[in-house]
Amino acid sequence: MAQHSRRDFIGWALGGISAVGGVLALGAMKKSWDPLPSVQSAGFVSVDLSGMKEGEMHTVQWRGKPVFILHKSAETPSNDKRDIRIGEKRFVVLIGLCTHLGCIPSYEASSQTFKCACHGGVFDASGIQTFGPPPRPLDIPPFKRNGETIVLGEEGAEYQKMTKKA
Amino acid sequence: MAQIKKAEGFIDWLDQRLAVKAFMRVMMSEYWIPKNINFLWAMGVVLIALFAVLLVTGLLLLMYYKPDVALAFDSVNYTIMQEVEYGWLWRHMHGVAASATFLIIYIHLFTGIYYGSYKKGREMIWLTGMVLFVAFSAEAFSGYMLPWGQMSYWAAQVITNLFSGIPVIGDAVVIWIRGDYVVADATLTRFFMLHVVLLPLVILAVIAVHFYTLRFPHVNNQDSVELDFEAEAKTYKEGRVKESNVVPFWPVFLSKDFFVVGFFMTFFFFLVCYHFDFAMDPINFEPANSMKTPAHIYPEWYFLWNYEVLRGFFFDIGGMAAMDIGLIAFVFANTVFFLLPFLDRNAMNTAPAHKRPAFFVWFWFLVVDMIVLTVYGKLPPTGVNAWVGFFAAVLFLGLFIVLPIITKYEAKKGEKA
Amino acid sequence: MREVKILAIVVFFTAVTYWGVEPYAHSQMHPHVAPADFGFKEMAPLHVNGNADNGKLLVEANCIACHGIKSLGLEAPMSPEDAASSYGVVPPDLSHAGVIYDKNYLAGFLKDPVRATKLSHKFNDAKPYAMPSYGFFSDQEIADVVAYLNNIGSSPISDKAVFEEACGRCHSMKYDALKAQTPSASMKNYLGAEAPDLSMMIRSKKAEYLTTFINEPLKMVEGIAMPRVGLSEASQQQVIAYLEKVGDRKKAERESLGLQLIGFMAIFTLIAYLWKVSIWKRAA
Repeated sequence: MAQHSRRDFIGWALGGISAVGGVLALGAMKKSWDPLPSVQSAGFVSVDLSGMKEGEMHTVQWRGKPVFILHKSAETPSNDKRDIRIGEKRFVVLIGLCTHLGCIPSYEASSQTFKCACHGGVFDASGIQTFGPPPRPLDIPPFKRNGETIVLGEEGAEYQKMTKKA
Repeated sequence: MAQIKKAEGFIDWLDQRLAVKAFMRVMMSEYWIPKNINFLWAMGVVLIALFAVLLVTGLLLLMYYKPDVALAFDSVNYTIMQEVEYGWLWRHMHGVAASATFLIIYIHLFTGIYYGSYKKGREMIWLTGMVLFVAFSAEAFSGYMLPWGQMSYWAAQVITNLFSGIPVIGDAVVIWIRGDYVVADATLTRFFMLHVVLLPLVILAVIAVHFYTLRFPHVNNQDSVELDFEAEAKTYKEGRVKESNVVPFWPVFLSKDFFVVGFFMTFFFFLVCYHFDFAMDPINFEPANSMKTPAHIYPEWYFLWNYEVLRGFFFDIGGMAAMDIGLIAFVFANTVFFLLPFLDRNAMNTAPAHKRPAFFVWFWFLVVDMIVLTVYGKLPPTGVNAWVGFFAAVLFLGLFIVLPIITKYEAKKGEKA
Repeated sequence: MREVKILAIVVFFTAVTYWGVEPYAHSQMHPHVAPADFGFKEMAPLHVNGNADNGKLLVEANCIACHGIKSLGLEAPMSPEDAASSYGVVPPDLSHAGVIYDKNYLAGFLKDPVRATKLSHKFNDAKPYAMPSYGFFSDQEIADVVAYLNNIGSSPISDKAVFEEACGRCHSMKYDALKAQTPSASMKNYLGAEAPDLSMMIRSKKAEYLTTFINEPLKMVEGIAMPRVGLSEASQQQVIAYLEKVGDRKKAERESLGLQLIGFMAIFTLIAYLWKVSIWKRAA
């Protein structure tokens, strides 16, 4: 009987250690699928805003997505929840993918709107949807401001404040 | 150890070592198939033929394909399509066979539903078949990414994005699957691995299991008559072949299948050489560009019904976001076919649909609804189209909800009669 | 008989699905547009006959400061790189301009390039078009220039040469080792978009679409940066033939092999049928 239970125990122990090994191996495999360090570090992009003129719109690429940066001119209505203020200047930073199905809207300078050609969605200069199927405003990418430079990918205090309110 | 004697010939030599004769008997000449069937019973063999085409053409493509975002498009569209002798043929055959496989899978699946071949002992056939459907879907999706055209890229982007609907960890899962924040090189190489190694291995294994599941319950027949296979086989083997209700898999059953395969492959080569746009979307001949979305994004035709169920719920209902309802419906649509044998509450009635009036109506509603979903899954989701899609998606869900009720009712009526 | 009925049902539902996802869906996604207009009639046609001799003088005085005419041994005054950085885009060689472009278009182009190319959304007073307008020429002078260009370019040219003149200043053809004459960075500056490589265009857009598109890009894609180049119908067909030669060079092989494959399978099917009948007679 003692013999028997010892054999049982060894059997269970073998099964147990195999299971632990299996789980650890799966964990290692999961990690192999993670984005590589080089990919992750490319996830941070610095943009210098000091050179942008009023009313100008720039598109930068961040994590493979287009990011719209608009320097609002004086006439453009302000939006306290979404504007980044640097002194007197006001900027908006938006992920340039329509929140409907992910197409890239184009900026129309004359009307100061972002228009999506796919299904007719329209966003105003602050990225708020004003027409068509988009369910929510254009997303604001995580950013951190250092003086007149912003770093996309890092979450700064201003970004956290914006997302909390929105 | 077996008694080894001097062999009388090559076959005998093999037979003493591998029992090839017994093996052939079990697998081929004494594997009994009912006589009362029609050409729809040949779809399994047509699928095997198509799978063989995919495997062989795939190997040839693999010799020149380069899984790298900078090289993939040109390796397909220049090296394979223009330089390699008959490279275009292998690619066209591979692309068209993938689409044709799904056409035949759908016919195969609807045949199973119509003739009640998914229940009363045949549940495992159905379930392994559904596993194959999922594995083929994953295979098709991963393969579609490889040419790295606009549709490859954007379909991958949209479909991987679906996983962001998983509560809490969704966004992390999407990045984990892609190996990058967007569909990129890491995504291409891992999907390449899935497409050429892992998924084919899974498919081959599940095909073997799918065949095995047929052995005990046997293939169904046109009128779902229960046959005593042993008695029928005995009759057949005694030489009374006309009286017997069964035929051996080889050569009798397969002789008909070869004819059906030939018939289908004639049409297949017409598609390969003259009419391939439905399987090789022109937009995919434009190189992938992450900064430019095509005007219309849609999956391949065989995923459209699924896609439309996802997209059909385009407005919030009772505080629930449209996208979440769509995702739940999508998950439902992808699992509900697995449950078919258990949703049919009249499990003992295996009669074909035309002998089950309520089920008959249900069946044709399902076919028509899935076609409507497929067509509207491709149309732009605007105006009336969005509403047609919505009602078709609701009907689809509704059909599976009423199935237990109508089959239960049918069972009760059956008891009374 | 029952099998024929079943086959008819299967074919019917397959055909309906096919019709829905292909011809019908595409007709919904790409609404019908007016066919290509090779007359360029909205630009008032010239009602005078040109004098080629006078045209020669006008061209020598006005055009060759920027344009080359290689067929007459006149090289372009600047290298492509320098030209691209000074004008934004490499000016075309005029050797065959008189034949590959429609006469009516050429006349309209000389008078008002921005209007003829339909690029008013890209160029205006603040950002002028590289080629100045010759609106100050009389109709007679314009007709003279067109007549002269038509005279010097009368020899037939190959499909590839038409492509190089009409498209090759902006577009590359990677699969035929042709690189755009204007560097792609200048292109982006000039028109606000990079001009795509055209190697696979015939497979991605198809000849039918390209016929209307090349004739008038803006009609097909809103806000597109590509100008209307004004090719005559014959030259445009040459361009499309060249696109097909490069992007779908196995088409002829595909179409002839197709018949053989279908024929082979038909014979296979026939024999398979006879074999099946013989087996079922004996063993079923």
